[in-house]
Amino acid sequence: MTNDVVIQTVDLKKNFGTLEVLKGISLTITKQEVVCIIGPSGSGKSTFLRCLNLLEKPTSGSVIIEGTDITSKHCDIDLVRTNMGMVFQNFNLFPHMSVLDNITLAPIKVKGVTKTEAEDIAINLLGKVGLKEKAKSYPGELSGGQKQRVAIARALAMQPKLMLFDEPTSALDPEMIGEVLDVMKSLAYEGMTMIVVSHEMGFAKEVSDRVLFMDEGLVLEDDTPNNVFNNPQNPRTKSFLSKVL
Amino acid sequence: MGIYNWLVYVWGKMPILLEGALLTVQLTAIAVGFGFIIGIFAGMGRISKNRLIKSISVIYIDFIRGTPLLVQILIVYMGLPQIIGRPIPAMVAAIVSLSINSGAYVAEIVRSGIQSIDKGQTEAARSLGMTHSQTMIHIILPQAVRRIIPPLGNEFIAMLKDSSLVSVIALEELMRKAQLIYTRDYRPFDILIAASIIYLIMTLSISKLVRFSERRLRTSDK
Repeated sequence: MTNDVVIQTVDLKKNFGTLEVLKGISLTITKQEVVCIIGPSGSGKSTFLRCLNLLEKPTSGSVIIEGTDITSKHCDIDLVRTNMGMVFQNFNLFPHMSVLDNITLAPIKVKGVTKTEAEDIAINLLGKVGLKEKAKSYPGELSGGQKQRVAIARALAMQPKLMLFDEPTSALDPEMIGEVLDVMKSLAYEGMTMIVVSHEMGFAKEVSDRVLFMDEGLVLEDDTPNNVFNNPQNPRTKSFLSKVL
Repeated sequence: MGIYNWLVYVWGKMPILLEGALLTVQLTAIAVGFGFIIGIFAGMGRISKNRLIKSISVIYIDFIRGTPLLVQILIVYMGLPQIIGRPIPAMVAAIVSLSINSGAYVAEIVRSGIQSIDKGQTEAARSLGMTHSQTMIHIILPQAVRRIIPPLGNEFIAMLKDSSLVSVIALEELMRKAQLIYTRDYRPFDILIAASIIYLIMTLSISKLVRFSERRLRTSDK
């Protein structure tokens, strides 16, 4: 059982100046779990997610990824990050590179994969996200939904063991949200461990194994989607859900 | 009559003036070239997390930008020989002082270019496991360089004009050539107007070139 633990956080706290954004979060995420984090803006969802790969440095507490305490000084965070993909709200594709180069850069430079091998992986992944014909395009020539699908392919090219999604559909036009969620769904069904910060309640209900409700830096609800959506325990969860559903 | 007279006189001096102008362009190109290399490092050093590197860069940039170029030229040409005990050729002194001067200005251009790149670019690269230097080399600098080409062109123009100051150490660039001619002929107005026009033609052509490359980059960077 303990071998299946992918992420463990222990009393994770994060302050920005005097503002306490995370007030002590302890939880465990196991292999192949799809966890959705919901909650009002400013509740610390994104900050929590960004602490998991140290884009944000926790103030105290620890984050343990597959047995490695990444908050320890001796941890090689670059190495840990190769195992965890991240998808951002604003895509963050590299605008000066073609779609293909966006995807192959990290495997070539970080993992030392050969160019042909990296390109094979990239073309394969582009096929999976339905954008094979866009390999030679530049990010500026793509729609938002296409950009986000490329960003997912770019993260997957490192063959990560888990994926972090930071509001992946929040910057998209409504008609493009579906295409990105479809890619994420198929990823979930393939058994990828995923942590998704999202406002897409439909996705959370349908795809996730677990839903966390966060408010004011704390996890107030941590249960199956069915229980969280239909039988929330905390009054704040109830009031939040009544506003968004 | 006046203009015709001026044209005939200046035409006769043109070979000497153009010889000086050629040296002016060469000096400027070398200074901005070295300045670019110095500036990349000083500009990155300026935003480095390493306190020592940051302090050295800040002191360098502030000192150079806060003191007159003329003083810097004289420190290298007159001051340094006193310390090292032998003279420095004017050409070497000119290149060294102009490069060091240009480097400080380029550093600020590089710094603002790097800082203008969205933080998300760094985060995306780092989240893929790239190191800080890999991120700089493959993601940040290539994008920053495109943005700093226009201000770098302005720096080139500024340096082209400022290089006239090395005339004080008797380096025969355009300004010094003009001085040599008018101290002999006593027609300073005629020759200084001619020199100005040559400077103007050079600076205008460079800004044309910068605008052209800017447009080229914009179309290739859709």
